Amino acid sequence: MQLKSRHLLGLEGMSEEEITLILDTAESFREIIERPIKKVPTLRGITVINLFYEPSTRTRISFELAEKRLSADSISFTPATSSVKKGETLKDTVRNIEAMKIDMVVVRHSSTGVPYFLTQCIQSNVINAGDGSHEHPTQALLDMFTIRRKYGRLKDLRVVLVGDIKHSRVVRSNIWGLKAMGASVAVCGPTTLLPVEVEKFEVDVYQNMDKAIEGADVVNIMRIQLERQQAGLFPSQREYTNLFGMTRERLALLNKNYTIMHPGPMNRGVEITNEVADGDASVILEQVTNGQAVRMAVLYLLSGKKAEEE
Amino acid sequence: MTREKIEEVLDEKGIARAITRISHEILEKNGGADTLVIIGILSRGADIAKRVAERIREIENRDIPVGLMDINLYRDDTHFKLDQPVIQRTEILFDVAGRNVILVDDVLFTGRTIRAALDQIIDFGRPKSIQLAVLIDRGHRELPIRPDFVGKNIPTAADDRVLVRLNETDGREGVFVVKEGMKKPVPEIVASKKPRRKGGKK
Repeated sequence: MQLKSRHLLGLEGMSEEEITLILDTAESFREIIERPIKKVPTLRGITVINLFYEPSTRTRISFELAEKRLSADSISFTPATSSVKKGETLKDTVRNIEAMKIDMVVVRHSSTGVPYFLTQCIQSNVINAGDGSHEHPTQALLDMFTIRRKYGRLKDLRVVLVGDIKHSRVVRSNIWGLKAMGASVAVCGPTTLLPVEVEKFEVDVYQNMDKAIEGADVVNIMRIQLERQQAGLFPSQREYTNLFGMTRERLALLNKNYTIMHPGPMNRGVEITNEVADGDASVILEQVTNGQAVRMAVLYLLSGKKAEEE
Repeated sequence: MTREKIEEVLDEKGIARAITRISHEILEKNGGADTLVIIGILSRGADIAKRVAERIREIENRDIPVGLMDINLYRDDTHFKLDQPVIQRTEILFDVAGRNVILVDDVLFTGRTIRAALDQIIDFGRPKSIQLAVLIDRGHRELPIRPDFVGKNIPTAADDRVLVRLNETDGREGVFVVKEGMKKPVPEIVASKKPRRKGGKK
């Protein structure tokens, strides 16, 4: 069993078998980060470049550590201190970087489709670390990995994604992945934060939080993305908390043995209250730890796939 | 179609006797089981490791820690192969520092697997010693590695295939040599009777 593509651009169209391969491989890598020496020599000689055109804490550090733990050589690139400031285009930038003989590119960008665009200009394996409002596949993989570790399966679990459905790439990747794995998926948010044609996701859509989360096993709470919002999508942060915030009172509506997730960074007191974020059912930090294992698995599985094989 | 020449070199009883003898030799060399831990290389080395631990428990009436190891992340040929090997779980739930580690595999051939295993064990800590136990030594080493405990030495040609079949992994028991079978598919009559174990999941 191998992945079909030599890039990871998104989870849309990915099969249950491929996702299972990534999650199973991540399970084996999860043990490495608990070892005294958290490093294996597997990707020795492979060079990875991390292109982060958007700010990031978790994803970038997670990818960098995953690369180092596999013994790859990695460089992180920030546009603020590069020739992007002098007006160099994206295409020229990556082609110049590739001319230094690199093997893989991890890219985050505020524009949808940038990872795909890169696959058209360079030979390296491309991993999407978040593109605009499109997809963030490794985040959804680590969410699914975390859920599967707790329940032993994804099939038939009720997973509710709450919040800014319209702008969230995490939501999109989660929907594709969870549906492929046979989970029951619902989304919930104010009308202004639901995308047009939301029905095309073919998931349950709610605008009432209490109804949405009733009997849910997992609630994955999305960040209110202030940077991606035109003003006036909801009246006030307090009203948002009242209608869509994950509060202690709402926990009673969930299934026994429920799980609370958040991809981070959290707006504490807006979409999630402190006591829920730090409560026993919160796996938010577990998600971060698991992210490394999932990214190691993706790097490992893609590193074996060279350009000439296609 | 020419039939491959297949020879059974150890049967179920032969495997059991070899494991019993290896277990006694391990205890004799190490003056008992006090400092021992056993690590088996997946898949069949792990099966043999568990059997050796079981035999030692019968002889000495004490449990010794057993670990399992996937060595694929330490291989030297991953970049030359088209398919990435499926990574299985490594489980070493004890400290190897200061212990006498018995490393167990089914067949010792080029020695490259053992080289990878040695590197991996040392990443877990600094053992007092590492000793190598194998069910079959078939020769043709490419690295300066030798076993400390051997079930059976079998002279082979480089393109012979040695197949160890164990109940835990294969649903059958026996060691077979297929003459000039290295590049050919495994003959049906010595094939594993179980589907290949999937990596990862418990």
